[in-house]
Amino acid sequence: MIVEERKGTRDQFPVGMRVLAVDDNPICLKLLEALLVRCQYKVTTTDKAITALNMMRENRNKFDLVISDVHMPDMDGFKLLELVGLEMDLPVIMLSANGETQTVMKGISHGACDYLLKPVRIEELRNIWQHVIRRRKFEKSCGTDSDNRDDGLKVLANSEDGHWVADDHNGKITKKRKDQSEADEDDSEDNIENDDPSSLKKPRVVWTIELHRKFVAAVNQLGIDKAVPKKILDLMNVENLTRENVASHLQKYRLYLKRLSVVAGQQASMVAAVGGRNSSYLNMASLNGFRNYYAIGGSRQLPTVGSLQPTGVLGRMNSSSTLAMQGLLPSPTVQLCGMHKSTSNPCNTDLGRIQGIVAPGNRQMNLLHGVPLNLEPEQFPQLKLLQEPRNQLPAGFSDSGFTVGPKSNSFPIGTTNPLFVQANEQHNRTGGLQNYSVKMSPSSSELLDFDLQDISQFTSNNRSGDGSWQGASGSTEDPTSSLSILAPFGNIALSSANIGANISSVTTHAVTKPFDEFANTMAAPLHDAITNNNINNHVRSLNGNTMAMPPVHDDSRPSNFSLDNSIQSWDYSINSNTVSSRYSNPLLSKLRNDEATARFHSSGIAVGEKNLGATAVVQGNFGTSLVRQDCMIDRSTVDGQLKFKGGYESENSRLHSGINSNGSCLADVVNSMVKPQDDDMLFGDIDMGCDLYSIGACMCSLWT
Amino acid sequence: MEIGNLQRRYLDFASTLFHEGFLDNQFTQLQQLQDESSPEFVLEVVTLFFEDSEKLLDELSRTLNQQAVDFKKVDAHVHQLKGSSASIGAQRVKNVCVAFRNCCEEMNQEGCLRCLRQVRNEYFLVKNKLETLFALEQQIVAAGGSVPMMW
Repeated sequence: MIVEERKGTRDQFPVGMRVLAVDDNPICLKLLEALLVRCQYKVTTTDKAITALNMMRENRNKFDLVISDVHMPDMDGFKLLELVGLEMDLPVIMLSANGETQTVMKGISHGACDYLLKPVRIEELRNIWQHVIRRRKFEKSCGTDSDNRDDGLKVLANSEDGHWVADDHNGKITKKRKDQSEADEDDSEDNIENDDPSSLKKPRVVWTIELHRKFVAAVNQLGIDKAVPKKILDLMNVENLTRENVASHLQKYRLYLKRLSVVAGQQASMVAAVGGRNSSYLNMASLNGFRNYYAIGGSRQLPTVGSLQPTGVLGRMNSSSTLAMQGLLPSPTVQLCGMHKSTSNPCNTDLGRIQGIVAPGNRQMNLLHGVPLNLEPEQFPQLKLLQEPRNQLPAGFSDSGFTVGPKSNSFPIGTTNPLFVQANEQHNRTGGLQNYSVKMSPSSSELLDFDLQDISQFTSNNRSGDGSWQGASGSTEDPTSSLSILAPFGNIALSSANIGANISSVTTHAVTKPFDEFANTMAAPLHDAITNNNINNHVRSLNGNTMAMPPVHDDSRPSNFSLDNSIQSWDYSINSNTVSSRYSNPLLSKLRNDEATARFHSSGIAVGEKNLGATAVVQGNFGTSLVRQDCMIDRSTVDGQLKFKGGYESENSRLHSGINSNGSCLADVVNSMVKPQDDDMLFGDIDMGCDLYSIGACMCSLWT
Repeated sequence: MEIGNLQRRYLDFASTLFHEGFLDNQFTQLQQLQDESSPEFVLEVVTLFFEDSEKLLDELSRTLNQQAVDFKKVDAHVHQLKGSSASIGAQRVKNVCVAFRNCCEEMNQEGCLRCLRQVRNEYFLVKNKLETLFALEQQIVAAGGSVPMMW
């Protein structure tokens, strides 16, 4: 019986562990084989990566472990590593003569469970079996028991019932399966299930690249918080794929992202060190960004963001919208730090947080303070508007509560990002944020207490629900006020023309945190401000209300954001008095110093959705002040977002590129910006000459 | 010659190889892997090394003597040579490969040609030594003795 045979072999584990060795160098391969045989493993060798993959694909259960060289002519070892991890989920050990830290890091980040240096010693090989056990145990404990059981059942089923398709009954056999037809099998398989799952190799579904792509698309579409296996399965619409398959793959995927984010986080500094231009790191960073940075719009998962039309929302988000956005700026309490609540909430500093500027201190993540982050809840930290009572509203959103539509859905904005869309619409119409329906999620609404009175654009309609943009004073003519405030927020990060979009996107995805929405809204106003040309006075007008920049004080006065229409650069000038935000965001201070510098040309507030980079963006403008932080700007989101250029477009590319290549930059910038120097944000003096929009751009420019 | 003498000669010769840096510990590892299940293991691996290396050297020579040198290709070959020499313990060859790779990085054709000459020298030297070593082993075995362990 197959099962018994397997068990027999397994009992002697690690003896007989089946290893696949891949190395293009025949001498090394031969040596490796000899060493492995000496360790009593069962070795299969090949000098071609393609052959190795085919061998594994034809029978996933053929091997327990793969050892592969890094430098191979037909396929990069890292690529093989990824594919194996993705499709077969086997532990892979990298082997190379190159022991440079960067290379090793790359291997680990690609998922290698170990990295050995050539010439490899037998002592090292004697221990590699640990990786197999570890993975099994880890997966099991992570709830992949169903798969295990499936496998076990499958094995049995295969032997007994030839017509059972491996994939088919992968899920069906599990106890979870309610399928009546399988009930019998389930019962009969019980004894198998009771066996030690680890002894049974699970016949998993082969997750090909295509399949995985579909999977990722489905997850993105649903939003990470809503991505439940059943829905993913439905969206994927693949035959012979069961919910359990999807469930376990989802689990792995999450772990994979987590791993990457961890690594990316660690690499953040490294990236920063290397100028943040290291694209490889960038990628990682971006991934990490999700976690660490309230990735606005999260990493790949910013569906909404992506959907935002570049010229769209943001462009439209003229002052009104921006203002509205401003309204969105949640009260200080709202922390844009999209990060998980549980995770560091980077944006803890007052404004800094809100700003989405990378939260000072340890949290890099707060990049997205003000930035609407499309963060999948799990993936991206929830944007939480700073909870500080001080109203960390960025950009002078003084307590105007903006109603950032909770979770994107509320945003009328066309795109999935309701907020965003709304902003857009609003923007167009009123040139302001009026319609920012960016409703902050109720919970956050309280936080967002924007007092957008001054935000001309923010009419009352902006405020919807609780704490909507109060401040959204209807004066559309004075979008600046509203906008300006937003500027600091992630709006900056809102690369896409739609700041609103960003916000919305953020909100939509965001995580449930009101903040997200907030972020979106924030973006909007800025936009408006921009279009309004110089919302210089806005700030003033925002005084007392919206000055979101710094923690929204009661009398927060919006800084004067002057948003240049031309480049959507929001020049925010934050009046010190008004903005007594505690936005110690360095950005702000920078802003202060540099009145006009805050020109985020790229208007594309680098919302990298995920990036708090937006804040960084803001900083970008300040050129100097830009502290390259590891901005986890998700390229994908950034793409969508960076559209600011002149009309909120084209900047994107700049920003985009800037961001892309420099994910870290934003982070840096944001971080620097956000550094909460002191609790009392001196917004007053900060001239957020930053065009929020251009913040992103600025950032870009900085990087580029 | 009697076995004892042969064995002594063998050991002396082997130890000088180690002392002079032609071989390093990795070669000892190779020898340790040889057992009843693979009695000719060392010979097989070393033979493979000879074949592979000579191919690589020819390739290198060809590539470096072109007008426009493809340094990436050169580097790839050198990398391969470095890997295999390290695997069998041909220390001096490996060391030259390290220098060789630096020249590749610098895209220094002259330097590369120089390194190529050096690596060829080292390769043929170690080849010669190893062949002598194997010959001694065969003599011992032919005389009815067993090859003494070097470690």
